[in-house]
Amino acid sequence: MDDIEHIPKQIKLVDDNGRRLDGRRLDELRPIRIEAGVLKRPDGSAYIEWGGNRVLAAVYGPREAHPRHLQDPARALVQCRYNMAPFSVSDRKRPGPDRRSVEISKVVSEAFSAVVFTEQFPRTSVDVYIEVLQAEAGTRCAGITAASVALADAGIPMRDLIASCASGKIAGQVALDLNKEEDNFGDADCPTAIVARTGEIVLLQMDGHLTEDEFDRAMKLSMDAIRRINEMQRDALRRRYAVTAMDEALGGDAA
Amino acid sequence: MSSEVVSELMREAIVKLAASGRRADGRARDEVRHLSVEKNYVNTAEGSARVKLGDTDVLVGVKINIGVPYPDTPNSGVLTTSAELIPMASPTFESGPPSPTAIELARVVDRGIRETKTVDMEKLCIVPKEKVWVLFIDIHILDYDGNLFDAASYGTLAALSSAKLPGSKIGAEDRPLPVDHWPISVTAAKLRDTIVFDPGLDEERIADARLTVATDENGDIRAMQKGLRGSFSFDEVRQVIGTARRLGNGIREIVRQ
Repeated sequence: MDDIEHIPKQIKLVDDNGRRLDGRRLDELRPIRIEAGVLKRPDGSAYIEWGGNRVLAAVYGPREAHPRHLQDPARALVQCRYNMAPFSVSDRKRPGPDRRSVEISKVVSEAFSAVVFTEQFPRTSVDVYIEVLQAEAGTRCAGITAASVALADAGIPMRDLIASCASGKIAGQVALDLNKEEDNFGDADCPTAIVARTGEIVLLQMDGHLTEDEFDRAMKLSMDAIRRINEMQRDALRRRYAVTAMDEALGGDAA
Repeated sequence: MSSEVVSELMREAIVKLAASGRRADGRARDEVRHLSVEKNYVNTAEGSARVKLGDTDVLVGVKINIGVPYPDTPNSGVLTTSAELIPMASPTFESGPPSPTAIELARVVDRGIRETKTVDMEKLCIVPKEKVWVLFIDIHILDYDGNLFDAASYGTLAALSSAKLPGSKIGAEDRPLPVDHWPISVTAAKLRDTIVFDPGLDEERIADARLTVATDENGDIRAMQKGLRGSFSFDEVRQVIGTARRLGNGIREIVRQ
């Protein structure tokens, strides 16, 4: 991605005051807004806006696993389908799974398998759908963060929420949460997903060029951001399920 | 790929062995299986290599054609990587379109090569916007005894380094494909609380988590991929990176020669 010729290469990703193209500092997240329980039919759902990303996540299950030969007599499968809408990127994306989305679906399924109590539902499948409606770099992190809230919204037993964020290197400096320009013209990108309470890393990918020390610093930025993102996930669930004094006074069954 | 059943006795035995610092085939935890590389194995391909990592056997071919560059990279050649897990290589491999496992394998190998700029794609431009060299890397798994990521990545690097650009197709001389960097991928598997490197088939089948790290000749990190349903702590990731750097140096010499 870094050899796009017709766009000037001297694009300056970080200015002299340490500000990025969108005005952020190196350790700053894009604005994030999460909402739980946004769709009617799924067992659980969530919507996330993360900078220019708009992503929906929905969960069905545990339900009968299809295809049946995949059924595991000892545990539930966690099957994720990450999909980008054709209009979610500047050049229309051909509908349906491409190699990138197959890979992302696989690593995201594995990440959630680490936290869902799959032993409780043998032979079933917990299906997680991530639909990217509008993309601006970091869609898998936004998708995982939303899907985790959707799993909680569906009442799927989990050890904890997982939250996700990327960090990387732009203009030779370690930076948090790369946006589109930074992803295209930066030096490295390292998306990660972490179990919020324990710090266990359940998803880790990296491409680009980082020294060992830069990787350490990037991971520390991500881990710190993930604590903040986890707080936003909890807030979204609280807003969805909190019972206020007013609800009580009206006799309970609000929401 | 359908999964194979592993008995609980086997699982316990391997985990216990690993926890006590031993492995079923007698290796140390950070010891890689014997690696052999045979370059130019197929003479119909512009480059090829057959790599054996223990009993895992992989053949990688590089075909080089003339094609049209992508509109957003008019001065760059094109690189495409595919992997086939052919049914011959394991009772668990099925014929049909590429499985998620095959796609992940091809993409992780591709990322290691691409991000390191192993081949400078700008050197593969013939006429800007019109004509460039197109590299097809095809990874053929012949016998699956664990750790396809590393075997396929060594095979790919070896095949690229043996490849010739068929200059005769454009009225020039054939010349070696320029290979500038040597990223070496090293895969670790976590067996409950123990980390072993270059997992064999049985270790891989019971592994809770897997981490692949590709480092270059300077010891810098170029690509990573975590897989499977378990997790790693930050310290474990750092430990794997350190060992990957150390093991990478020895492996690079073998792939390079």
